[in-house]
Amino acid sequence: MKVQISVNGEDTSADVEPRLLLAHYLREQVGLKATNIGCDTTSCGACTVLLDGEAVKSCTLLAVQAEGQSVTTMEGLEGASEGQPTHPVTAAFRAEHGLQCGFCTPGMVMSAVSLISHDDDLDERKVREGLEGNLCRCTGYHNIVRAVLVAAGKDPDAEQKAEAESDALRTAPGFSRGESAEEARA
Amino acid sequence: MSILGTRVVRTEDPVFLTRGATYTDDLTDERLTGALHLTLVRSPVAHATITSIDTAEALASPGVVAVVTGADLDLDPALLFPGANKSMTRPFLATERVRFVGEPVAAVLSEELYQGEDAAELVDVDYDPLPVVIDPLVAVNDETLLFPEAGTNIAAAYDYDGEPDPGFFDGCEVVVTRDLVNQRLAAAPLETRAASAFWEGDKLTAYISNQNAQGGRDEIAGWLGIDKDKVHVILPDVGGGFGAKIGSDPEFAIVAWLARQQGRPVRWNESRSENMTGMVQGRAQRQTITIGGTREGKVTHYRLDVTQDAGAYPRLGTFLPMFTRMMAPGTYDIPNVESRARVVVTNTTSIAAYRGAGRPEATAAIERAMDLFAAEIGKDPAEVRKLNVVSPDKFPFQTKGGVEYDSGEYAKAIDLALAESGYEGLRAEQKARRERGDVRQMGIGVSSYVEITGGGAFAEDASVEVHPDGSVTVLTGTSPHGQGHATAWAMLASEHLGIGLDKITVKHGDTELIPNGGGTMGSRSLQTGGIAVHQAAGELVDLAKQRAADLLEASVDDLEVDTDTASITVRGVPGSKHVTFAELAAAEQLKVDTTWDGKKATFPFGAHVCVVEVDTESGKVTVEKIIAVDDAGPILNPLLCEGQRHGGIAQGIAQALLEEVVYDDEGQPLTGTFADYGIPSAAELPSFDLVEMTTPTPVNPMGYKGIGEAGTIGSTPATQSAVVDALSHLGIRHIDMPLTPLRVWEAIQTASEGVTK
Repeated sequence: MKVQISVNGEDTSADVEPRLLLAHYLREQVGLKATNIGCDTTSCGACTVLLDGEAVKSCTLLAVQAEGQSVTTMEGLEGASEGQPTHPVTAAFRAEHGLQCGFCTPGMVMSAVSLISHDDDLDERKVREGLEGNLCRCTGYHNIVRAVLVAAGKDPDAEQKAEAESDALRTAPGFSRGESAEEARA
Repeated sequence: MSILGTRVVRTEDPVFLTRGATYTDDLTDERLTGALHLTLVRSPVAHATITSIDTAEALASPGVVAVVTGADLDLDPALLFPGANKSMTRPFLATERVRFVGEPVAAVLSEELYQGEDAAELVDVDYDPLPVVIDPLVAVNDETLLFPEAGTNIAAAYDYDGEPDPGFFDGCEVVVTRDLVNQRLAAAPLETRAASAFWEGDKLTAYISNQNAQGGRDEIAGWLGIDKDKVHVILPDVGGGFGAKIGSDPEFAIVAWLARQQGRPVRWNESRSENMTGMVQGRAQRQTITIGGTREGKVTHYRLDVTQDAGAYPRLGTFLPMFTRMMAPGTYDIPNVESRARVVVTNTTSIAAYRGAGRPEATAAIERAMDLFAAEIGKDPAEVRKLNVVSPDKFPFQTKGGVEYDSGEYAKAIDLALAESGYEGLRAEQKARRERGDVRQMGIGVSSYVEITGGGAFAEDASVEVHPDGSVTVLTGTSPHGQGHATAWAMLASEHLGIGLDKITVKHGDTELIPNGGGTMGSRSLQTGGIAVHQAAGELVDLAKQRAADLLEASVDDLEVDTDTASITVRGVPGSKHVTFAELAAAEQLKVDTTWDGKKATFPFGAHVCVVEVDTESGKVTVEKIIAVDDAGPILNPLLCEGQRHGGIAQGIAQALLEEVVYDDEGQPLTGTFADYGIPSAAELPSFDLVEMTTPTPVNPMGYKGIGEAGTIGSTPATQSAVVDALSHLGIRHIDMPLTPLRVWEAIQTASEGVTK
């Protein structure tokens, strides 16, 4: 079947088998190799791309399902064509050391881009839940979560600071978890 | 100001974050053009005799170029670990018998990937089932033999030739014993195994996803029966290894053999489902611990008995219990320690190194023993640990595990972790919750650990060359797969030369550029490869000074490096003549090859505290906080070091709470995909609190120890202990890993019925 898909702003087309996965289309037909395939069960998220702006796992979608739509991969982000991670998310991943082996990174970055675009009030919990579909075996997520918060313009240490304050209260006599800080103060 | 010890962001990242890294499946080498795709047909049964293989239909399938079985393959079965029982060899494609689900039986070569997968389904193999043995404690009875010609399932045994002394614990006021499971884990690097190979005449070039180019070359050459000079192994970017990509894999030999036979390049990139059965796995130990001492809390005796599951074909798992025995006493000064181990084959995937490789197993055992002992005498587990750790004045400390700990301050690490956690406040809150009978109980786990890094392989080559344009090439035998060596090794060279990181290229993982090397494993890289680069750069400065002495008309002793200008100047003579490294390189090649041989391992250590909340109605565990005090000596780049610790901690928590490779009684893997195997996501983990200590090692000039596996080793027992601690008021003393909600809930139910565990 013939498909036409806009990839990173360029029109692409090919005659493909109906069963061809979008991930394989991007890698083998278009030749963009940043998008990685890490599992068979849509569990790892390494293949995450944006389809008309929405994060999707490209190993779960057939290429023909993307017909006429627009796909963005990590190679399509700001600065990528010049080899510079100047997009807020890629820049933050570098600054916060949000990657090690790098295999999950393109998918993680694209999930983060989507997450930030859908929520302008992210906090650590929302970021952790928002990245639940992207697995990483190297970083323990600590720095990935920081990177996404930085890219979203949030202070990644804000919650830690708040928690330190609450810890100080928690260890105060008469305070136990489950009460709010206000109740404890009262 | 020194660049060492500063938070330098990674030089490799711009590529990783723009066009993506180049993994084995991303290669653009023109010599791979037109490569055939390899699809392996793997056994769906755990133990069977192969009665026939019919490849005709597969061969007739569209795009299929060849279908090869073991009968076609002229490779001798190989013993995959030299120390194992010599009868336990593995054929590269099974011919007569299969011994685990996932064992390769036939190879399909096709023009396109999907064609190969279609055709593999059409290879018709008849299996005549044999009895299956999964449990290593059953396999030792030798009722079902995997290798009848061996006459036993024991692949190796260490001090296991008789019963241990029954009087060993005589005189102890308190003795506690317990059987433990250190469960089987999947390494699950996000990049599965991959290889691409082609021949030019009689010379093989193989790209493999691996941690050790030189070891891979030697194994592939040995398996193919060719001279290792005829094998060129290149490691492109590698998407995680975690120990499971050490050395080589039998599949790599199949790829190389097929490329030669077909006269065409061959590509192989396994699926995740294949990876979950075909790639080596980790841990898989059954342990019995016995600990004895005084009512006051002094531990005087410890015994560790290990049964290591090797999987179907013995690999590096054969060696793992040696590390476990070596590190058996942990951080403790125990006068009497004995251990023994046996390694046994079962109808499961082979076991090899994984994230700590034998040391987490040792630490988990002794830390559980300490907790059980503390509970028995009714004392605080942290206090009992502090009472028994090796004191700082005893280093270097000859342990009862047979190794020499170089340096350490174990009690201080525990104190720091306790202080950072607010330990007393936590205990008070725990008490309050118990008194109130809260549904959500709190647990606090403390672990103390020491590990061996660079164990067994202390030497590494390095080369540093300055080019006439002022750029630098560093060659190293270590092979990063996420650790950031390109940045770290450049920092070491830059420190000596004053040349900026942007002008330093670090090359690794290529046997023609670096013929000798040990790869990256066992947290050895910085203290071996890094020190070698440090030494090479220092020697290069010496060489540059010798050459500069004539030019500057000064004694070598009066020369020094001006790191601001990357040049040699005369000491104490401001504004004097100078010559840059680039100018010297323009006059004559400026290059040094060196070998660092530290001859000794180092022993990083630390203490972790984990705080969990356990929902006593559902069994769900939430990790609230983890505090990691880790001491790996001076830190070259805190950013990289913290990253290593984070990853380790995450895996440690994952082993304690979630991950386990499970087989049913027929040897069918029940955790064969990521949909079944519980890898934690960001949502299951907290952020981590890191605390540093710095105790340099005397065994190398920079004081560096390893850090890659510390997080895993320390956090697993802390997390397991925390969950048990949360339930200790119910009489619960132990729950085997992983402490899943079901296991925890069952333990609570059993305890509430009056049966304490």
